[in-house]
Amino acid sequence: MSINLEREKVTLPLEEVVQTKTTMLTKVLYGGMVVSMLAAFYFIFLYAEIEKTMGVVQKIFYMHVPSAWVAFLAFFVTFVFSILFLIKRKRIYDTYAYVSAEIGVVFTTIVLTTGPIWAKSSWNTWWAWEPRLTTTLILFFLYMAYLMVRQMDGVWDKKARLAAVFGIIGFADVPIVFFAIRWWQSKFHPIVFGDGPSQQGGGIAPSMLVALLVAITAFTFLYAYLLHKGVSFENMKIKVGHYKEKLRERLEH
Amino acid sequence: MLRTALTIAKKDIYSELRTKQVLGTMIIFAGLVILVLSFAFDPANNTTKAVIPGAVWIIIVFSGILGLNRSLVSEQRNDTMHGLLVAPMDASSIYLGKFMANFSMILIVEIVSIPFLFLLFDFKMNSSIFYFILVLFVGSFGFIAIGTFLAALASNSKSSEMLLPLLLFPMTSPVLIGVTQATKIILINMEKLPNAIAWMQLVAAYDVIFFVLCFLLIEYVLEV
Repeated sequence: MSINLEREKVTLPLEEVVQTKTTMLTKVLYGGMVVSMLAAFYFIFLYAEIEKTMGVVQKIFYMHVPSAWVAFLAFFVTFVFSILFLIKRKRIYDTYAYVSAEIGVVFTTIVLTTGPIWAKSSWNTWWAWEPRLTTTLILFFLYMAYLMVRQMDGVWDKKARLAAVFGIIGFADVPIVFFAIRWWQSKFHPIVFGDGPSQQGGGIAPSMLVALLVAITAFTFLYAYLLHKGVSFENMKIKVGHYKEKLRERLEH
Repeated sequence: MLRTALTIAKKDIYSELRTKQVLGTMIIFAGLVILVLSFAFDPANNTTKAVIPGAVWIIIVFSGILGLNRSLVSEQRNDTMHGLLVAPMDASSIYLGKFMANFSMILIVEIVSIPFLFLLFDFKMNSSIFYFILVLFVGSFGFIAIGTFLAALASNSKSSEMLLPLLLFPMTSPVLIGVTQATKIILINMEKLPNAIAWMQLVAAYDVIFFVLCFLLIEYVLEV
């Protein structure tokens, strides 16, 4: 512990920070995001037909499902970069894992807020302890804990190492959680609400499917853009930290 | 590796038996949980029988977390963790030793507090004691295995006693679901025993997966 605290303020060599190619990739991602988002709005509100029983409220589906997809994708990316970090020990992998987890938590929050709104109007209840919902809630808590590990005191490489370990076992936990909850529920309750919110059981109209796919594309672009931006922000933060330390050292001597 | 692990476990248990600080706290805390449960669920009421299986696990989880936290934080105080790390053994044997010490402590707490719970809530066990012990064993194993690992992870933080529950509860949710269901079946309706065994198999699978995973990853947690 004491060694770590002493080391906390030492300037690290600057070449560790990988210069991300900002200009071209940012533009492509930003453009793709804007175009696909606008297209998604068109497809959601004008193209896709209105659901018969649920009415206009069903439109929330096109927000809800892509957010869930992005959340899972983000946590998977965190998992992959955590493994890469433990093997290669490069700071950039850690930054990617961290930013991706943050985005994942944001999108899980979106899922957990749009879900109850939709559920209230279609199931007439805010929440049901259904496998998918419960798993999402546990996932949210798991990655909140991950972010808590990131908030620890100490040098970055210690935090990065511990967070990477937690990212790996956390992701390994998710399938078991889902399986356990599904088993628990199916033993004691019949499934009342059809096949859950995604409506796969009842089938889906082609126009809705198109809108859904467009929305998923748009959200994936949004995720990629946010990830890219977030990583460059983190890199800037790291750089500013280095400059501050250099300045401080110069003032001291 | 097993011998060094046993040495560490022995060291922990000896130092615990000298002070009896953690074990005493855990047992008294378990008693307090029983007291609070008696306020929450009227023991005179007959429907309270239904919450006893859950109460067993509430006691184990809450008193377990006290002990888990101490076992690793106590190594930080005089930087004895560094001593353990420079000793000629693997990081995994430190984990194994800590795990064995914590596991035996939680077993002692269970042996003392669960009969008390049954006694105070006037719960008559008329089912197989063998299966009950088995489910306690399987559940505590998983809880302590992942708990020791996460305690080692959290002990790097200054506020580890706040961090550990946040890390541990979502992570162990499959174990907790599994063992509460299995305990409920075993204690209340024995006819559904195959279901309970299926649940125990699930928990046992979780135990094996995470024990191996923790074993592989503990090296990265205990690096200086």
